[in-house]
Amino acid sequence: MSEAQLHFQYEDLEHQSDTALDGMWLFLAQEVLFFGALFFAWMLNRHFHPLGYHRAAQQTDLLIGSINTVLLITSSAVYAAGVGFIRLDDRRRLVQCCVITALLGLAFLGFKGLEWHEDLAKHMNPGRYFGLSGADAGGAQLFWVFYWVATVLHGVHMAVGIGLVAWLLHRVCKGAYSAAWHTPVEVVGLYWSFVDVVWLVLYPLIYLVGRAG
Amino acid sequence: MSHALGFATSGIKAAGIRNAEPDNYLTHETSLASWLLTTDHKRIAILYAISITFFFFMGGAAAALMRINLLTPDGAIVAPETYNRLFTWHGVVMVWFFLVPSIPVTLGNFIVPLMLGARDLAFPKINLMSWYLFMIGGTLTTAALFWGGLDTGWTFYTPLSSTYAKGHVVLAAFGIIMAGFSSIATGLNFIISIHRLRAPGMTFYRMPIFLWSIYSASVIYVLATPVLAMLLILLSFETFFRVGIFDPALGGDPLLFQHLFWFYSHPAVYIMILPGMGVVSEIIPAFSRKQLFGYKFVAWCSVSIAVIGFFVWTHHMFVAGVSVFSAIVFSLTSFAVAVPSAIKVFNWIGTMHKGYIHFDAPMIYALGFIALFTIGGLTGLWLATLAADVHLHDTYFVIAHFHFIMVGGMVSAYFAGLHYWWPKITGRMYPEMWGRLAALIIFFGFMLTFAPQFMLGYYGMPRRYATYPPEFQVLNVLSSAGAGVLAVGYLLPLGYLVWSLFRGARAPDNPWGATGLEWQTRSPPPVENFATTPVVTKGPYAYPTPAAVAARTT
Repeated sequence: MSEAQLHFQYEDLEHQSDTALDGMWLFLAQEVLFFGALFFAWMLNRHFHPLGYHRAAQQTDLLIGSINTVLLITSSAVYAAGVGFIRLDDRRRLVQCCVITALLGLAFLGFKGLEWHEDLAKHMNPGRYFGLSGADAGGAQLFWVFYWVATVLHGVHMAVGIGLVAWLLHRVCKGAYSAAWHTPVEVVGLYWSFVDVVWLVLYPLIYLVGRAG
Repeated sequence: MSHALGFATSGIKAAGIRNAEPDNYLTHETSLASWLLTTDHKRIAILYAISITFFFFMGGAAAALMRINLLTPDGAIVAPETYNRLFTWHGVVMVWFFLVPSIPVTLGNFIVPLMLGARDLAFPKINLMSWYLFMIGGTLTTAALFWGGLDTGWTFYTPLSSTYAKGHVVLAAFGIIMAGFSSIATGLNFIISIHRLRAPGMTFYRMPIFLWSIYSASVIYVLATPVLAMLLILLSFETFFRVGIFDPALGGDPLLFQHLFWFYSHPAVYIMILPGMGVVSEIIPAFSRKQLFGYKFVAWCSVSIAVIGFFVWTHHMFVAGVSVFSAIVFSLTSFAVAVPSAIKVFNWIGTMHKGYIHFDAPMIYALGFIALFTIGGLTGLWLATLAADVHLHDTYFVIAHFHFIMVGGMVSAYFAGLHYWWPKITGRMYPEMWGRLAALIIFFGFMLTFAPQFMLGYYGMPRRYATYPPEFQVLNVLSSAGAGVLAVGYLLPLGYLVWSLFRGARAPDNPWGATGLEWQTRSPPPVENFATTPVVTKGPYAYPTPAAVAARTT
């Protein structure tokens, strides 16, 4: 039995559901501009400092980055399956999917933490104690500025996403969602996939461009 | 409190409850918690109104000190370092904590659901959250201002705000980021509500222009503000870790800062003016007793101002070393954005033509808006002209230009809307004579303050200096005298509007005989806004056509 609550400003549940989805889409449009400003600054500086960026990219950990990419794409696929299952009223499978998604997300953050630890050990922290020196060090430092801003902000988004999935899990276990009412599951799914897409832009920017040659 | 209910036109009241007011959003619950935890859009509007009034007078105090200092050529009261902090304080507070939120969060929050015929906004909890974000942001930034202040100007240009920063730039920036998130939440709520919560029969072309304006401003809230948030995060990073993202000495690019800053801050100018245009588009027809002239043009002009407004930002950087080609392109787009603004002005005048004009206080404020906005807009064309801008850039001409838009235009429109909807919001009438008097004092005080600044700028007095050559003193003293008149004009409404809360006459449901769904419910409205959901069958300004009026009078 689902416990969908109709808020008093809506005509019916479908109206409420569509509105919530619209709201999340618009929120994501806002996120595109937020990260877009960062990507723009990143790429502009790559244009000004190609050698420094090239040198900095050599210091990144391609293995961890690739593992994390696989983890995230898998998590989004699993979550999408969960949305499919609740549409078929299969609550048990949704619970399983949410657990796997959250665990994959936590694994991502775990690997990310490991990678940050490595980066700090290599003194890839911009500022006075930056580990690289020489003519290209300024550009390399800028690469790492964007690296830290981008990965920390993405990590914060991941943490929020894991929190949302955990909250959903709590609600599903209380029997809140069904085939008839599962809008929050879809809304959180939009957010989760978006955070995934941000990573799909970050992955080539950090690990791939400038590594070859 | 007198119960002069004879004024109320409410025919629905039974004789038995003549002395008891019907339950409304103000009387429904009265505890402090019922206010601080409310999700009612009407109460959130009141919370916001109190907050931005506080910030308005806080920013105004800094302006008053600046104008006193400029009475004498060598600075009458403060040292140049203090003066730098004063104009930064004034700009930061007025832009992010008064002008950007102003009409949308107060009148918009209150009126948008009523105009839509809805019971609330789409996401009431997010609406409440936006107020808390705003207050957190306001507290952080205020703390930075009191805790030694900032001397960067409201634009936070690097490297002045990073390498050479004195004061708590990071703290102030985080306050502004929080206020920005609050703006995004508000804008998102308005856009979704306008798409999803229109009453049956309310098509887009039956929406009042106020809704079109709020919608257009909300698009800018949602799509421009995140860029500012990211910019301030990067600025904080540069300041904190001393690395060069924007500082050229450290390998950064200062033009990148300016581009990203104005990508937000120029559209933000239209956040400030579009809602004001919406208010005026409601008031002019209501007090001319005539349909709005060229409704569809005015509606689409709001949207086109929002869209074109995203493509004019580099006109702030003509002398900053951008290429001549990009300067020419941005000069042209800046001229283009003036076209929809001018269409609106002509349509307001067209609306008044052969109308039955009533000079109530809201109308006087609205007329003041048209006059001052037109001057501000036309002088903007001087600044959009490449050759003229080289001379006028960073002078008092710029200060006068944008104050005509922001203060002469926007603040007049805010007062116009506040008086127009005051009976609906509070259930009380403001004293009409005082309202008209204040409107006139504000108009003439404003002209005296800022008209001399056009001349000062034209003669070459630069902005942001605590001292000036003696030949500029006469115009500066005139401007400071005007500021004194303006201060009286702004304090008057604070007095008589608060007075009217306790002693004002009871307001009828529709004191102006205006159209619009908000006038069809009670004053003040009940918690659920409408007893039954209204059904819309005609356009927003169904005042009698001139032909019908002519037929009746001849």
